[in-house]
Order: sequence, then structure tokens, then C-alpha cells
Amino acid sequence: MSAENLDSLYQEIILDHYKNPLNKGLRDPFEAEVHHVNPTCGDEVTLRVHMEDTADGPIVSDVSYDSVGCSISQASTSVMTHLLIGKSLADAMEIHTSFQALMQSRGHVEPDEAVLEDAIAFAGVAKFPARVKCALLSWMAWKDATAQAVAEDSEGSQKETTHG
Amino acid sequence: MDGLLPELEVIRKDFPILERQLAGGRALVYLDSANTSQKPQVVIDTMVDHLERHNANVAWAMHQLGAESSESFESARDRVASFVNAPSRDEIIFTKNASEALNLVANTLAWAQGDLKIGPGDEIVITEMEHHSNIVPWQLLAERSGATLRWFGLTDDGLLDQSNIDELINDRTKVVSLTWVSNMLGTINPVADIARRAHEVGALVVVDGSQAVPQMPVDVQEVGADLLAFTGHKVVGPTGIGVLWGRREILDQLPPFLGGGEMIETVAMERSTYAGVPHKFEAGTPPIVEAVGLGAAVDYLDHIGMDNIRRHEHAITAYALRGLATVPGLKVLGPLDPALRGGAISFELDGVHPHDVAQVLDARGVAVRAGHHCAKPAHARFGVQSSTRMSSYLYTTPAEVDAFIEALEYTRSYFKLD
Ligand SMILES: Cc1ncc(COP(=O)(O)O)c(C=O)c1O
Repeated sequence: MSAENLDSLYQEIILDHYKNPLNKGLRDPFEAEVHHVNPTCGDEVTLRVHMEDTADGPIVSDVSYDSVGCSISQASTSVMTHLLIGKSLADAMEIHTSFQALMQSRGHVEPDEAVLEDAIAFAGVAKFPARVKCALLSWMAWKDATAQAVAEDSEGSQKETTHG
Repeated sequence: MDGLLPELEVIRKDFPILERQLAGGRALVYLDSANTSQKPQVVIDTMVDHLERHNANVAWAMHQLGAESSESFESARDRVASFVNAPSRDEIIFTKNASEALNLVANTLAWAQGDLKIGPGDEIVITEMEHHSNIVPWQLLAERSGATLRWFGLTDDGLLDQSNIDELINDRTKVVSLTWVSNMLGTINPVADIARRAHEVGALVVVDGSQAVPQMPVDVQEVGADLLAFTGHKVVGPTGIGVLWGRREILDQLPPFLGGGEMIETVAMERSTYAGVPHKFEAGTPPIVEAVGLGAAVDYLDHIGMDNIRRHEHAITAYALRGLATVPGLKVLGPLDPALRGGAISFELDGVHPHDVAQVLDARGVAVRAGHHCAKPAHARFGVQSSTRMSSYLYTTPAEVDAFIEALEYTRSYFKLD
């Protein structure tokens, strides 16, 4: 790999998020907390999601986390929280799908800046198969936590109906 | 520089891959030999020749090719036996790798009866610096047998902490299994001393020689171990072949590992009787061409001389440690005295994650490993999640170490640490 390739991997935005991660730290309230590990390199993230119901459906009110890992995994977590917090669950899911597709494209998909915003900086990562897992670690954790929170919520409402 | 192999340039020519150019026309600086070693032409040629001219199954083939193939396969066993000075060729068991060799021991011990039987109240002792391959099989054995797993801790400078050895190795101890050379800290353990203590209480001694056998002269009779495992791909041999050496007396007492062809004496529908060692532990068609390649590999190392290789590794490691000491914010994990360690050096670089260090080094053609190196507990002991590791071998030059140190400086500037 040449030096230009290195720059395509380590975009300025990525290094900025690595040095100054956004939304870091675990916060209350939350409906689900997960712990995900990348077994090959040991990167770890503990991630919490907090969702709220609105008239227009659920929104992602908070995504908080504590993590250790490389620049790619840390920056990716930071960018993800920045993108997802405040979005409707439906929009957040769309962003997730789009990011995952980009990461798994081996560099053959043009990123959609309108959907991914800062996360398009990770397009270069897709060309480094060993690093794709780093970029996806927290995204997978978020999806897992969200699925748990949603399941919890529907169980909760079922309980309420039986009680009611 | 003292201690380098005298014909280093000639030796390098034996390894075709070292001529490879990487992307951007960069020369390869291969510093990941503790992970897997490169292969000399003679190993490659021997394997190709076997496949081109002698390929047949071993043991049962009643034809010329079968005889040739069996002859090459069994002759590889002879060479491996002589390489580690085993008293008998039958004590050399071919496995898939070191992991399988260690699992073979731990599994068969779970089924053993008589003197080797392990149960509740018994203790198994390992160390905190083991590769996962020498931890997990013993955890499984402890779970399956009800025995207790215990371990040696480490001192702050990365040595085995022997302060509680009398308490740790006691009358309840049935097995002591430890690595000779740590793949993460580089530490060389006093295996002969530990083996003596373990034998005083009647415990079985298992040595993980995966990092020692490639780097230093190994005489299984001198170590005093009962069983010793190593892996072919780290001794300039191919992947897919490992070795378990064991004292015949012990191997005879252990029950079979896998059942199948080659490992039997006779089979009836009700029950079977088993072949003697080593075949008792070699069910199914073995990795024939891999064994043949391993035979050529240990011949090659013998020819260079393991004493010379040890001196070379020592010189290169000392040189690398001096170079690493000049890099700001760099901390070596493990002993700093080259006399106490092998040729794998793990380190942390302040402000850059190992994954990123390895990536930037790779852009300069320098291949190292980043992560936990399958030694998570050893990393945890030193409060680190992962590290970067450079590891040399008989073909490593001081100029490669220079390139590596320079690439580390470049990494620091790339991540704007100055
Ligand atoms: C000390 C040690 N033990 C065991 C192993 C396992 O070797 P293999 O993966 O070939 O079974 C290794 C290699 O990674 C090692 O360094």
C-alpha cells in the first residue's frame, strides 16, 4: 500500500474524530446496553441507546458509549453517534443500512453524502478488508442495542395490555 | 555487529519471498516471523517434488509411489526426532499444528485412567503469559475433570513470578504446562528448573515450544519435560503440520485422541485395538507433503546451526531494543535485557493504536503484527488491550531494523505527535 492510499484511509475527518470523539461516555437514561468485541484485534465498545416515542414514531434520543480501539473504530463510533442522535428510528436505520453497504462494497459503491454526511470519509476504509470490522464495530453494537430496546418496548406494552 | 549469521546475504537468497516488491515498489521488511516464518526454496522445492513425483498415500499403498511417499513421510519423522534430540523416532507425533498437539495432550488426559487420571481436587498449573492455545485446552480439561486450574503470575518486568512456586506446585499438582519462550513478552522461561520442581511432586510437565524451537537449540532430553509441542510453520516449514514429542512411557499410558484409519491395530464391530505410538495418535491420512516439507525445514535449520541462529536472533533483538529506546513515547512490554528474551518484541506507542501503527508501517513495507497476539491475559496483566509486535528471524538484517525504526518515526509524524 502506498502513501496516497494511506491518506485515503486516514482522512482528516477520521483523525479529527479520533482525537476529539463526540458524545463519548455512558449516560442515563437508556433502554438497552450492549458490549461488542472485535475478537481479532480486541477492540471493544460498550454502548447504550435511549429512545423516545413521539407522534411520528420512535426517535433516537441518545447513543452513549465507552470504547477502546484504533483510530478507525473510535472515529467511526463518534461519527455514528453524531449522525444518529436526534434522528427518527426509521431514518437511523436507513443510515445504518447505507453505511454497512458502503463498508462491504470493497470500494465499489459511491457513498451517498446526503445520507451519510461525515461518514463518507470512511469510503476509503472499504478498500482495507482488515479494517472494515473496525469501522463496523459500533454500528453493529448500535443495531443490536436498538433491537433489544425495541423488543423490550413491545414486551413492555404487551405486559401492560395483559395487566390492563 | 557481533553474532550475526556470517552469510546473511546468502541466507536471504534462500528465501524467495524476501525479494518481493510490495505496492508502490517498496521492498518487503518482514518482521512477523513469530507469527509465521518465511520458507526457504529447499522447502518449497521438496514439497513440489513430492507432489510432482512421489505423491501417494502412506502406510497402505502397495506400490512404488506408496513406498516412496511412506519413506519420505517417515524420514521426516526421523529428522524431526534428531532435530530435537528425541531418544526415539516413535516419540514424534505429527499433528496439524501446536494447538492440536496441546489439545491432544489435554484431551487424552481428560480420558486417562490410572496414574494419569485427573479429577476433583487435582490441580493444573499454567502461566499468565501463555498463548491461548496453552490456556483454553487446560480450562476445558479443568471443566471436564473437575480439577482446578492455577497459574504463575508475572513480575512487572515480564518474567515468570516464582515467588509462590512452593505453594503453586504441590502434592495436588498433576500437570504443569508452560511456554518456553513467550510469543508476546519474548521472555525465556527457566523450563528445566520448573520441570524439576514439578517432577518432585510427580506432576506431568508439558512445554509449549512454539517460539523456542524456531529460535534456539532444543534438546528434549535436557529440558526435562514429559511432552513438548511445536508448530511447523514457525520453523521455516509449511502450515498444516505440528509436532508433539512425548516420553514413550507417557504416550503409551495416554488413551487415543482421534479414532479412525492408521491408528488401529485391528477393528471389529464390537471394539478395536490400537496401534502403538506414534500411529496411535495419528488417525486418518496425515498431512504427508507438509511433513515432508517440515523434514526439509529442520534439515535446513540444522545446516545453518541452531546455535548460530540463536546468536543471530540475540544480536538483532539487542539492536532492535536499542533502536526502540530512541523512539519517543515507546514502551517495550517484557524484559529489556536481550539475554532474557527471544526475538519477539511487543510495544506500545503513546498516542497511536497498534492497529494504526501496523497500518502505517505496512504502507512503508514493514510487516508487523498488531493486536493481542493470542495472549489476552498477558496483555491484561500489563493493563494494555493490545500491542504492536516486531519479530525477527534468521533472515532479518540490521538494515531492516533501521527501516522499521524509521517507519515508527514516520508513524509518529503521520499522527502528528511531535
Ligand atoms: C507460544 C505459542 N503457542 C502456540 C501457538 C499456536 O501455534 P499454531 O497456531 O500453529 O497452533 C503459537 C503461535 O501462534 C505460539 O506463539
